[in-house]
Amino acid sequence: MARSITNNRKALNTAIAWTIGLLIFFPILWTILTSFKTEAQAIADPPIFLFFDWTLENYAVVQERSNYTRFLMNSIIIAGGSTLLGVIIAVPAAWSMAFVPSNRTKDILLWMLSTKMLPAVGVLYPIYLIFIKMGLLDSRIGLTVILMLINLPIIVWMLYTYFREIPGEILEAARMDGASLRDEILYVLTPMAIPGIASTLLLNFILAWNEAFWTLNLTAAKAAPLTAFIASYSSPEGLFYAKLSAASTMAIAPILILGWFSQKQLVRGLTFGAVK
Amino acid sequence: MGKIQLKKVTKKFGDTQVIPPLDLTIEDGEFTVFVGPSGCGKSTLLRMIAGLEDLTSGEVAIDDTDATNTPPAKRGLAMVFQSYALYPHMSVRKNIAFPLRMAKMDPAEQNRRIEAAAAALNLTDYLDRRPGQLSGGQRQRVAIGRAIVREPSAFLFDEPLSNLDAALRVGMRLEICEMHKRLQTTMIYVTHDQVEAMTMADKIVVLQAGVIEQVGSPLELYHTPRNVFVAGFIGSPKMNLITGAEAAKHNAETIGIRPEHIDVSATKGTWSGRVGVAEHLGSDTFFHIHDTGLGDMITVRAPGEVSFNTGDTIHLTPRTDQMHRFDAKGLRIA
Amino acid sequence: MATKASRSAARLMMAPAVILLLGWMLVPLTMTLWFSFRNYLPLRGGDLGWAGFDNYTRFITSSAFWPSVQATLIIVGAVLLITISLGIVLAILLDQPMWGQGVVRILVIAPFFVMPTVSALVWKNMFMDPNSGLFAYLWKFFGAEPVSWLSEASLPSIILIVSWQWLPFATLILLTAIQSLDSEQLEAAEMDGAPPLSRFLWLTLPHLARAITIVILIQTIFLLSIFAEIFVTTGGAFGTKTLTYLIFQRVLESQNIGLGSAGGVYAIILANIVAIFLMRIVGKNLDA
Repeated sequence: MARSITNNRKALNTAIAWTIGLLIFFPILWTILTSFKTEAQAIADPPIFLFFDWTLENYAVVQERSNYTRFLMNSIIIAGGSTLLGVIIAVPAAWSMAFVPSNRTKDILLWMLSTKMLPAVGVLYPIYLIFIKMGLLDSRIGLTVILMLINLPIIVWMLYTYFREIPGEILEAARMDGASLRDEILYVLTPMAIPGIASTLLLNFILAWNEAFWTLNLTAAKAAPLTAFIASYSSPEGLFYAKLSAASTMAIAPILILGWFSQKQLVRGLTFGAVK
Repeated sequence: MGKIQLKKVTKKFGDTQVIPPLDLTIEDGEFTVFVGPSGCGKSTLLRMIAGLEDLTSGEVAIDDTDATNTPPAKRGLAMVFQSYALYPHMSVRKNIAFPLRMAKMDPAEQNRRIEAAAAALNLTDYLDRRPGQLSGGQRQRVAIGRAIVREPSAFLFDEPLSNLDAALRVGMRLEICEMHKRLQTTMIYVTHDQVEAMTMADKIVVLQAGVIEQVGSPLELYHTPRNVFVAGFIGSPKMNLITGAEAAKHNAETIGIRPEHIDVSATKGTWSGRVGVAEHLGSDTFFHIHDTGLGDMITVRAPGEVSFNTGDTIHLTPRTDQMHRFDAKGLRIA
Repeated sequence: MATKASRSAARLMMAPAVILLLGWMLVPLTMTLWFSFRNYLPLRGGDLGWAGFDNYTRFITSSAFWPSVQATLIIVGAVLLITISLGIVLAILLDQPMWGQGVVRILVIAPFFVMPTVSALVWKNMFMDPNSGLFAYLWKFFGAEPVSWLSEASLPSIILIVSWQWLPFATLILLTAIQSLDSEQLEAAEMDGAPPLSRFLWLTLPHLARAITIVILIQTIFLLSIFAEIFVTTGGAFGTKTLTYLIFQRVLESQNIGLGSAGGVYAIILANIVAIFLMRIVGKNLDA
């Protein structure tokens, strides 16, 4: 294991990896850079990479014209609300499956997963119809419930895999030490489960934030989150690159930052614990 | 006080009977070891005493009071787990304090007991660390510390040393024994290692498939094993068990002779064979002898350094007064 | 440990999640099934009665059906091929010792966190636009005629966008799998005289087989229902109308609910075929 690798080899690895990494990241970088250009510089020929007159004007225009704050608030409320609601419903379910497993636990878990596989388009109209009948179309509450439901299986699964890693002997030790069920949950289980719950919240917030089927199809103006905000730039406004970039940057910046924190949990959450 | 009685205790997992009706009394202050091969039900039995496992039928009595339906927290017993089961999010101090905190003990008294336990277990310098920062042996000490501070009526140990390396295991074994001498509290200790059982116990309970094969002091078990199973299980290297014609000569189905009860000679003896592997330990020499015509390989333990090499012919003389005889059911013939 | 009281408590605690998901699955599914057998046109008279299997046959025999299946298969297949082969290369690369590994990792993963509408629009306008997109400049720089990507090479363009979004996912999972490979195994093979290529072919690749299968299955399920990328780029034109998009158009654009629902049932069946394989793997892992 501890074999010294020549610095040449390491330098080569570094050069290749950074080149590829920057290439993959380039569209994001380019978008962020363009958001600080004037419209004229944004389409300059040849393209200007760094040496342009940095301006915040686009952000001001986007905010003024399309009321970014409202979309942002919708995104936060819908993604945050659906995640919180989902976790509140999932914690007891995952807890009981992890600590009081029965011979049906596995079937229930797999069945929950199967609901995640349901193609959204297959149930688009029924949901649309239900939303119209219940007056939920273009409402935050309706979207919150839908996003909670589509992410609930992932939330249950993630929590279940985290809870299962808490060794049963520790809970037994607490019982031997004289802890009541309340003490056990309060002083032993909860502190040990908090990291798992936090990761679950984080990843599902991201998934809900980026969800773009239901948010596009069930909202119009009032409850539209950032996904719809960007879609409204489709054309012809999309040709104003600097403003499109500013809008895009504002839509992805919060989640990029959160996403970098969650990269470790990503694998577990999206593979249902099948790859660790 | 810590007298523990099991009365007609049984346990079923589904349709599988893990423990058939079983009676056992553990006297106050006794160091009792449950020993047996893995899957023999020894851990289940311990967990039933702890209250972590329900009884299918029967009764567990602690100090002559029925405790069958008492939750583990109320039984006044302390347990040390195989995995140590320390609370990873608490410091060593908080781990040890946890049972006291649960008992709502006065903080000053809590501190006094924690300091005393830490001093006794050499943990004083580590009280503010997390379990993750400790070595295996230190974690083990913390687990013991957490058990001691409660001053329980009995300690339960579930294979506590099996995750430690060999040298540490010997040291901890000694410490637990010394702790028992000092506290004079009932201890029940589960292990699959018969050496631990022999060295630590006042009383050994040998279990196989949920059935008690024999209860007795280490030397009783060594000298008068009740059946073939106990004979083969207790003692290291294992007792040689010989069946067939040689056993018939002694009016038995099976005869047993321990490796240390066979004398070796280059010239004459009752049996003869060829030396296979010779293990020189310095203090003793173990020979594995083939082609004796007695069936299996025979193991011999000769004191000191005895020079036979692989392939040499060797003559063996069993000390007949140390021979164990068993009948067709495997029971000892007196 | 598991006493009777705790069992019934456990059932009670599971109930909300189970009931919600049961409702979420059954109610819309039943409705879709029902509509699929109805002649239901909300804008032209509403529910016009029983249609039998008409919608099912009409959906398959419509001129748009087979092209949409073809487009779906090409997109899913190509994206899988690209993300997995590049993902393996990247995963191995990222596993090598280098300076700034953490930063490179972050750079590579970033596209996964970009919302689909943003990545589709950025690629469409700022890279693939035939007049002022970055690709147009690049082509002109090399003296070539700029390509009108999304109309002339529409499928490859969509594939590029979607692959860019999913490459991080494949890379991350394959990297996790590579890191779990026992280094002693590789050292043993090295001692046995296996050159690097053989070590990759006979040890690393088989070790990755499971992770690759999982990536294939999970990505397939998500890729079968990509929507926003097509919605904001071509709107289903230029041969990019996937099965999902076709159903979406039947339901919401032409408001032919019966026909769309029949398509939806086909999509559900298709997704379930993939899902069964995925569940087997996940289920097996649950026992371990």
